Amino acid sequence: MDFNLTEERMMLRDTLRRFLADKYAHENRRALIAAGEPFDTGIYAGLAGLGVLGAMFREDQGGFGGEGFDLMVVFEELGRAGVIEPVLPAVLAGGLIAAIGNGRQRGLADEIIAGTHLAALAQGEAGSRYDLNHVETTAAAKGDAIVLNGIKTHVLYGAEAQTLVVSAREAGAVADAAGISLFLVPVNTPGVTVSGHRNMDAIPSATVALDGVRLAETARLGAAGGGLEALEAAVARGLAALCAEALGAMEAAKDLTISYLKERKQFGLPIGKFQALQHRMADMLIEVEQARSAVINLAGNLDQPRELREIHASAAKNLIGRAGALVAEECIQMHGGIGMTDEYALSHFARRLTMIDHLFGDTDYHLERFIALKAG
Amino acid sequence: MDLNYTREEQAFRTEVRQWLKETLPHELREKVRLGKRLAKADMELWHSLLNARGWLAPNWPRAYGGCEWNAVQRHIFEEEACLAHAPRSLPFGLSMLAPVLLAFGTEDQRQRFLPRILNGRDWWCQGYSEPGAGSDLAAVKTRAVRDGGHYVVNGQKTWTTLGQHANWIFCLVRTDPGAKKQEGISFLLIDMDTPGVTVRPIVLIDGEPEVNEVFFDNVRVPAENLVGEENKGWTYAKYLLTHERTNIAGVGFSTALLTTLKHVAGRVKSGGRPLAENPHFAARMAQAEIDLMAMATTNLRVVSAAAKGQAPGAESSMLKVKGTVIRQELTSLLRRAMGPDALPFQPDFLDGGSNAAALGPDHAAAAAPSYFNMRKLSIFGGSNEVQRTIITKAILGL
Repeated sequence: MDFNLTEERMMLRDTLRRFLADKYAHENRRALIAAGEPFDTGIYAGLAGLGVLGAMFREDQGGFGGEGFDLMVVFEELGRAGVIEPVLPAVLAGGLIAAIGNGRQRGLADEIIAGTHLAALAQGEAGSRYDLNHVETTAAAKGDAIVLNGIKTHVLYGAEAQTLVVSAREAGAVADAAGISLFLVPVNTPGVTVSGHRNMDAIPSATVALDGVRLAETARLGAAGGGLEALEAAVARGLAALCAEALGAMEAAKDLTISYLKERKQFGLPIGKFQALQHRMADMLIEVEQARSAVINLAGNLDQPRELREIHASAAKNLIGRAGALVAEECIQMHGGIGMTDEYALSHFARRLTMIDHLFGDTDYHLERFIALKAG
Repeated sequence: MDLNYTREEQAFRTEVRQWLKETLPHELREKVRLGKRLAKADMELWHSLLNARGWLAPNWPRAYGGCEWNAVQRHIFEEEACLAHAPRSLPFGLSMLAPVLLAFGTEDQRQRFLPRILNGRDWWCQGYSEPGAGSDLAAVKTRAVRDGGHYVVNGQKTWTTLGQHANWIFCLVRTDPGAKKQEGISFLLIDMDTPGVTVRPIVLIDGEPEVNEVFFDNVRVPAENLVGEENKGWTYAKYLLTHERTNIAGVGFSTALLTTLKHVAGRVKSGGRPLAENPHFAARMAQAEIDLMAMATTNLRVVSAAAKGQAPGAESSMLKVKGTVIRQELTSLLRRAMGPDALPFQPDFLDGGSNAAALGPDHAAAAAPSYFNMRKLSIFGGSNEVQRTIITKAILGL
């Protein structure tokens, strides 16, 4: 048993942390968002140059990492700095292409790793909430073409992507596990309409309308009707990334609050001298350590068989959701009014932490799922 | 990062499991499994079995009859022992007094006392708390006045766990009432057969006299029973708080408890279906399980750092708070799982042998008493509030 990082991962972490400390100051980030930019392409190229994207993929996929602990190391740092650049889609859409793409399709993964191509995962729908198997979008054969019809919602970085990985139903009822296929859809394909917006946490997102989108058979990613298994595995990796990002955001929020409790004086004393705040701080520190353990458990079980992997995915997302809400709310409360201002970094971490609970299943969803997985 | 145990550690686990299977008497196992109260003879038997195998003192040096297990080995042993429903070995002599003697005692004291802990001749208890010194332990008032070759001790200790069975007590006593409160305390070993020592059991909320009051009325204690230097007792008491507290999270206990809880919730029917399928109950159970999964890893992170020689600081306090919260939640769930069968108070069954009949299904008789008993977890060993203060002070440095 060993809870220390390998030398390579430690180097990656340190390099990334230095890069972000240097280039990703809160003021720069805030200015970027205020300017209406979805993200900074220069920073993104810089992250690719550091090998951040390559670390998301295995060697045989063209990367040099791809294990749960690679995801953990990278995303914890991204979370600590509040990075809004599209590393998550590389894990989700890029991960799917690398995992089940054919030879030609996998060429796209090389471009994703190089940071020159952005692919986004389009799986959510108006009626799906967090269920990956709820797919109303249809894929119907028409001659030698496949035609997609439907609306995909909450497509992170959908308006910035060049390619969408779309889940669509070829057979079965709306919530069936079987019959779901994945397709690679270039955004400039006729019939694709992408409407971008920004989320509460400044992450760019989009709604994608697919109106009679004609695709060649070569656009199919993986086996016909068997897309859910691959999708679930990719989302488990996305959950590991998000949980680690949340951990980083918790660490950052915690550090800000520790400093504030030492500096801020009321009634003639640093407010950290007051036991009412000390004990809340202690409970928060404990939950952050629990959150770290949950991320370690998921990262270490990401390549295990499906059931074990998913038990840890749901356990981690549930615990991270609870811990994230506690940290966001308590840090704001302990700061007082300043914690609610847009100018101060804490409110940005609090927004990200809270919105992460709304991605790929929240605390309640994953508690229920954990129970079902354990009973099964 | 590697979440797996080494081959050696796995082999050790197998060895421990096998030994428990072969050695732990069925009757004793059943008592523990059903939450019955252990008699003095039960605990002595368990100690003697461990001692015969050489496993009674995991953290002592081999030269004194210990195993010199590292923190990971101790963790494995504790986990296996819990899962096998073995009794807990008594910490008072083994892991409270002995480390102090090993670090601060004289060689004469070690030779005199340590073998008697192993062979069961002595049963130690802890004389720390007093009516006026609970969380504020340094406020102890029990006086020890030097008189020739003796100290004369007057005062009162309380919450003395299993003191009714003990023949020795290690005490924090005040030797310099003029000094700052932490600086006038000494660490004294007292033979409880000495005239002037009176033990009075305190019956607790679960009906069991688990703790005692111990009174000292002009008790003459030979000066050679002083550990270390006079007025340095507080340092020795604090030493215990930062050392050898690997099992403070109680992960093994909670894991065994969760197994029992799932077993019960799977059998007890509510509305014609297993309680485990009641969404509200299932949610509470699952949340406790998720917290415990993370806690097990938090514990292992601290344990594996300790095995590499890093002394845990505030981490011990974090483990204590969260570990006890989880364990209390599990005992609460087990009590609720029993429904109306948690109502009857059955001391005869709890005190009796394994053949005594009980009302209700397995685990019903002990469910409420052990829920009540476990309220102690967040109070003793430094209350959870004291731990929170320690955690924050370590981080904030204020």
